[in-house]
Amino acid sequence: MTIRLNQNQELSLKERFLNLNFLFIAIIIILAYIGCLTLYSVAGAQLFPWAANQAARFGIGLIIMFSAALIQPEIYYKIATPFYIFTLILLVIVDAVGHIGMGAQRWINLGFFNLQPSELMKIAVVLQLSKYFSTVPLESIKSIKGIIIPIILVAVPVVFIMIQPDLGTSLMILFCAVAMFYLAGVQWWKFALAIGSAIASAPLLWHFLHDYQKNRILTFLDPEKDPLNTGYNIIQAKIALGSGGLWCKGFLSGTQSHLRFLPESHTDFIFATFSEEFGMIGGSLVLFLNLILITYGYWFAFRIHHNNYFGKMVILGLNTNYFLYIFINIAMVTGLLPVVGIPLPLISYGGTVILSVMTSFGIMLSFYANRDRELKQ
Amino acid sequence: MKKSNHKLRYLLKRSLIMFSINILLLFILVGRLYFLQIYQGEKYALLADNNRMSRRLTAPPRGTINDRNGVELAVNIQNFQAMLIPEQSRNIDKLLADLSSLLNLDETEIERIKKDISRHQRFVPVKIKDNLSWEEVAQLMIHNNLYPGLIIDEGLIRSYPFKQYTAHPLGYVGSVSEADLKVSDSPLLQVPGFKIGKSGFEKTYDEMLRGDAGRQVYEINAYGRIMREIEKKDGVKGTDLDLTIDIRLQKAAYDAFGNEAGAAVVLDVHTGEILAFVSVPSFDPNLFVDGISINNWQALINDEKTPMTDKAIAGQYSPGSTFKIVVALAALEAGVITPKSTSYCSGKMKLGNHLFHCWRHNGHGHLNVVEAIKHSCDIFFYETALKLGIEKIAAMSHKLGLGQMYNIGLENQKQGVIPDKQWKQEKLKQPWQKGETVIAGIGQGYVLVTPLQLVTMLARVVNGGYEVTPTFIKNDTPPQPKKLDIREENLAIVKQGMFEVVNGVGGTATRARLKLKDIKMGGKTGTTQVRRISLKERAQGIRRDEDLPWKWRNHAWFMAYAPHDNPKYAVAVIVEHGRSGSGVAAPIASKILEQAIKLDIR
Repeated sequence: MTIRLNQNQELSLKERFLNLNFLFIAIIIILAYIGCLTLYSVAGAQLFPWAANQAARFGIGLIIMFSAALIQPEIYYKIATPFYIFTLILLVIVDAVGHIGMGAQRWINLGFFNLQPSELMKIAVVLQLSKYFSTVPLESIKSIKGIIIPIILVAVPVVFIMIQPDLGTSLMILFCAVAMFYLAGVQWWKFALAIGSAIASAPLLWHFLHDYQKNRILTFLDPEKDPLNTGYNIIQAKIALGSGGLWCKGFLSGTQSHLRFLPESHTDFIFATFSEEFGMIGGSLVLFLNLILITYGYWFAFRIHHNNYFGKMVILGLNTNYFLYIFINIAMVTGLLPVVGIPLPLISYGGTVILSVMTSFGIMLSFYANRDRELKQ
Repeated sequence: MKKSNHKLRYLLKRSLIMFSINILLLFILVGRLYFLQIYQGEKYALLADNNRMSRRLTAPPRGTINDRNGVELAVNIQNFQAMLIPEQSRNIDKLLADLSSLLNLDETEIERIKKDISRHQRFVPVKIKDNLSWEEVAQLMIHNNLYPGLIIDEGLIRSYPFKQYTAHPLGYVGSVSEADLKVSDSPLLQVPGFKIGKSGFEKTYDEMLRGDAGRQVYEINAYGRIMREIEKKDGVKGTDLDLTIDIRLQKAAYDAFGNEAGAAVVLDVHTGEILAFVSVPSFDPNLFVDGISINNWQALINDEKTPMTDKAIAGQYSPGSTFKIVVALAALEAGVITPKSTSYCSGKMKLGNHLFHCWRHNGHGHLNVVEAIKHSCDIFFYETALKLGIEKIAAMSHKLGLGQMYNIGLENQKQGVIPDKQWKQEKLKQPWQKGETVIAGIGQGYVLVTPLQLVTMLARVVNGGYEVTPTFIKNDTPPQPKKLDIREENLAIVKQGMFEVVNGVGGTATRARLKLKDIKMGGKTGTTQVRRISLKERAQGIRRDEDLPWKWRNHAWFMAYAPHDNPKYAVAVIVEHGRSGSGVAAPIASKILEQAIKLDIR
């Protein structure tokens, strides 16, 4: 840690690098390593088709993270609005293409990654909301009039993602936005009112859900009702998890995934695969490592310069986003939440999530590296 | 600045609350893991095992059925099947085309195979052909590398090496039917390809022959593919069944019939052991093991010689003159005749306004009981039966084992009929007529017996009056038969009559004497009318039995025992529509006894 006399002086590249939190980065690498190990096991002790690919993607993810971390934080403030608008346009394009006739395609192929605009939107909404809340006074945030603009900022992308249809991602953005509204100082009663009216309009909303979405929710409520179709995932995931016991069946010996009883064993349900082989000890370890990451997130937000409200808001927003990934995925796999198609970041196979969470970590680290100075506006 | 501090305080305070909520939620997940993995862990471990383990029963080898000398009559032979694992084959159409010429598969079989392939997952083996011959196996082995995915599977199949010789009484096995599943809940019946006894001893002793199932436990994946074998336990072979029959005698008895239809049963007169038991013609039980074809089945059931009927126990025939032995013995025992008393046969006898004829139109003149048996005089036995009354005839019949079923382990046994007054009243609701006693005296009318009953009767007469019962199952310590309440002198007298039939000058079956030095047999002929020649037919010139179609001709009986001095074997032979007991049935019985004596069965 470098001690500087003039706290507002910009740091050199080397200083910024040395200012990064390497324990935080180490935990990210450990989690990615656990992911690769599990993918190696699922493939029947083979690097291909998943583990090697995933490792390569994670390598690229690391590069992206370091790049994002070494950028001056002012850049994020500046690009927040253009980035938000750009992502919104991508989202509209993907939606339009999907509707015109290529099926429900949600991504743009970038070679190594499939870029999902909805994934980028998670970051864009956080940046844009943070920018908005950092520029308006508390009184405005507490007034009804003052939250109309941020509500629109959130509602537009959420609606576009929901019609893709991608219920999971749109809900994640919604929850993340709610958390940020709360952090910014919106009063409790407004949330209570919103939740109350949401519950009141739930039957109406139910009407607009797709059949498969209705099915997922019904199946969640009673998986045994339909054991061969939608309920199968949940039942098999529970069997995989439950049979793991305290210690484990041992690496490479999970029968549920190896014998392919567990569908999506390398993507959304990878936590069940992992916990079958490594037991409750392993599962708890993954949860614990993630808890450390999230705690670091809060620590970063607390630690950076007290005048950097934008930075604090961005860190907390991205951190909440990461938390939601972890919580929703594991709650879904363990049968506490309906199956919504949220992967377990750093561990599930797939490039999109790596791109999005590694960028997020990079942005968080960028603010942290410049923690002792104000944001130049 | 102050305002901004206020905003920051909100942020810090609320982020602390958020952090707490995050920790709380993560701990809920840990709790959930505890609940699923520790609290309910065993339940899910069991479910995981149920997912991956496939338990399969394997059929045990069936117990063999042996003759009295240990010759195997029903065995399990190796059966080679060609199977195809579709996913391992590069070009199924070409493979099937090649195989169709190599294994002689016709169009319908190729269609069946293609259907099977499309119906199952690609890794499930599909049966190409069953019961491969050695040449076929060799051909496939040679071309093994040309046909990936083709495997030769080895199994056991029931086989009856003596084919038609043992079809009755062994029966056969066949596939488990829906009806079988309703009767039994044995898990063995669910084993694919398992065969159970469908008739004969195979059916009666099925549970004993079956044995205990083997067990295989496999690990399977979600699609049912077998990944590896976890456990294998071989089944326990069923218990063998040792019969009393001697297959050499069985074959000789069967072959003695030539083209005739009928049945023969040979007993050991002292133990009641059944030494040969044939019903001719018979069928090849091997045809049934894999399901008989419609053509073969039609041929069997449309055959007028009824190969599927076991005539030895299910054929009921009038005993005809063989019954005279029973009548003579009853009369001697009752004292209505003595060895010396005679009757006069003029060729006819009048009772009321009905005239009864002797088979010999001119009559036999004066004769005693031995001579009456020797010549099979009808008038003598008409009169004797009249003096005796039907009740005493019936009592002696029952004593000698007629009119009853025996526990020999075979279904479809018939009881026969030994009529008496009560029987007729119950059955026909009519009083008994004297004339019916008269014709019962020569074994006609209501009286019906099976070959098995008749040979049992003969055995009891010639073994010195011991109540032997026929048995099929070899028993090292046979139960000592109880002595019947019949005087030995009387038994000797009827035996003498039977000796004269074969050996006396003018006996009815002298041509059937044994072609053996020093060993004589005794016996009795019988001919029973199936249908009277009608007046119309007489007008058309049909006078003799031979002129009638086969199915209307008379049945021919001969029962015999040997050696006469110390009887050991008794045989009863029925030749359906054989016309003449002495001309057709007696030579067959004689051949069988000769063979038995030559074999010196112990």
